[in-house]
Amino acid sequence: MSIPSDLKYTRSHEWVKIEADGTATVGITDHAQELLGDMVFVELPKVGDSFSQKQECAVAESVKAAADVYSPISGEVIEVNSALADSPEKINQDAFGSWLFKLKPGNPAELDGLLDAAGYQEVLDNEDH
Amino acid sequence: MLKKTPLNETHRQMNAKMVDFGGWDMPLHYGSQLEEHHKVRQDAGMFDVSHMLPVDIKGDGTREFLRKLVANNVDKITVPGKALYTCMLTPQGGIIDDLIIYFLTESWFRIVVNAGTADKDVAWILKQRDALAPGLEITPRRDLAMIAVQGPNARAKVWQVLPGSQAVTEDLKIFQSTTLDHFFIARTGYTGEDGFEIILPAEEAPTFWKSLHAVGVAPAGLGARDTLRLEAGMNLYGQDMDESTSPLESGLNWTVDLKSERDFIGKQALLDSNPKQQLAGLVLLDRGVLRSHQKVVGQVNGQAFEGEITSGGFSPTINQSIALARIDAGVSPGDEVHVLVRDKQLRAKVVKYPFVRNGKVLI
Repeated sequence: MSIPSDLKYTRSHEWVKIEADGTATVGITDHAQELLGDMVFVELPKVGDSFSQKQECAVAESVKAAADVYSPISGEVIEVNSALADSPEKINQDAFGSWLFKLKPGNPAELDGLLDAAGYQEVLDNEDH
Repeated sequence: MLKKTPLNETHRQMNAKMVDFGGWDMPLHYGSQLEEHHKVRQDAGMFDVSHMLPVDIKGDGTREFLRKLVANNVDKITVPGKALYTCMLTPQGGIIDDLIIYFLTESWFRIVVNAGTADKDVAWILKQRDALAPGLEITPRRDLAMIAVQGPNARAKVWQVLPGSQAVTEDLKIFQSTTLDHFFIARTGYTGEDGFEIILPAEEAPTFWKSLHAVGVAPAGLGARDTLRLEAGMNLYGQDMDESTSPLESGLNWTVDLKSERDFIGKQALLDSNPKQQLAGLVLLDRGVLRSHQKVVGQVNGQAFEGEITSGGFSPTINQSIALARIDAGVSPGDEVHVLVRDKQLRAKVVKYPFVRNGKVLI
């Protein structure tokens, strides 16, 4: 699976889409869902919650394990994808199309520190060794 | 260096995701654990269980030796091919392993032990042999492979690919076995479905596996094996029980024979014990997933207790999370308890298990 070039990434396998209005949409990468296997439950944050960068903010649970999702940037949750509650398997089917939550960035400068597609590919290459 | 079963190369050809399972390089799944689970419940799947170890015990007095060695009573198996599930205990009543014993002849019984405990088990059995029955021959059979074919259509699929097998196995009852040339076929399993466990020469395993695949038997990995056995309410050694727990605290009272005059290793300890814990089934009422080692809290007669989940997970058949938990023996089915999951207390109901048998939800 190719890594979309219009998204930003973290080393902990979250993806971030910076929207036109400056908000950030967050999900987990295809590599993350592949590692986890069939998803069975997603615990989402609440709208209004605030997180600092790299803070645990959601949990993705598969048949195999529970994995923490870390906030790629600091900010306040403005929307969550509650449709995932009934169909967590959407993350397996389309990880880059299945967002978990949207943030209003607390410090837009943090966005510049995220990885681009090439940088994330490098992280994956190094993990294979 | 990980140990490999005779099917290792075959799993890789079938794109298995391989994992280190107690020192063995084993398939976790072949794409989707959930699909493999459903395939076994609804049709037929197959598992490579060659990491488990058959051990042949031969010689005069084998039955007498096993009467002493294990907690269940081998006198229950008198028809050749009949199988018995049992625990092997320490003198303190702790579980060394759980195993299946097959009665073949009065001078030949076969036992099958878990992979992770195989070395320890063989050492223990040899030690007891030396003390109790030095004339017996104990032979670990690493030259054999083992394939479990499970599901409502499993037997028919085996009959399709193994000439002559239908005639010799059609009348086998649950927990009976027979042989066909050098194939040993038992109507046993670890999924709660019908099917066979087949022990065969290692070199024949890949061909047999591929012929089953060709008639639609889905390869299934350790992931599906775990969710299937949990739904079936079957204990996993090392997780739901070990040397620090007795069968009387592990839901295995039915496998322990304390009534007969027969003495066995661990018997006195069990007779002297007063189990205060039980293994109970839980169904999660709130959303989330139960996992092993999560803490369980509740009350019995106004007294608070704390327990622990020993095996937990998501049940694909029930579409809810279920678990086995070691909790106060006073808790009854229908009671509600709480499970600590991260920063939350989730509600769970105590139920009788198995949760699922032969494709049907029982809770």
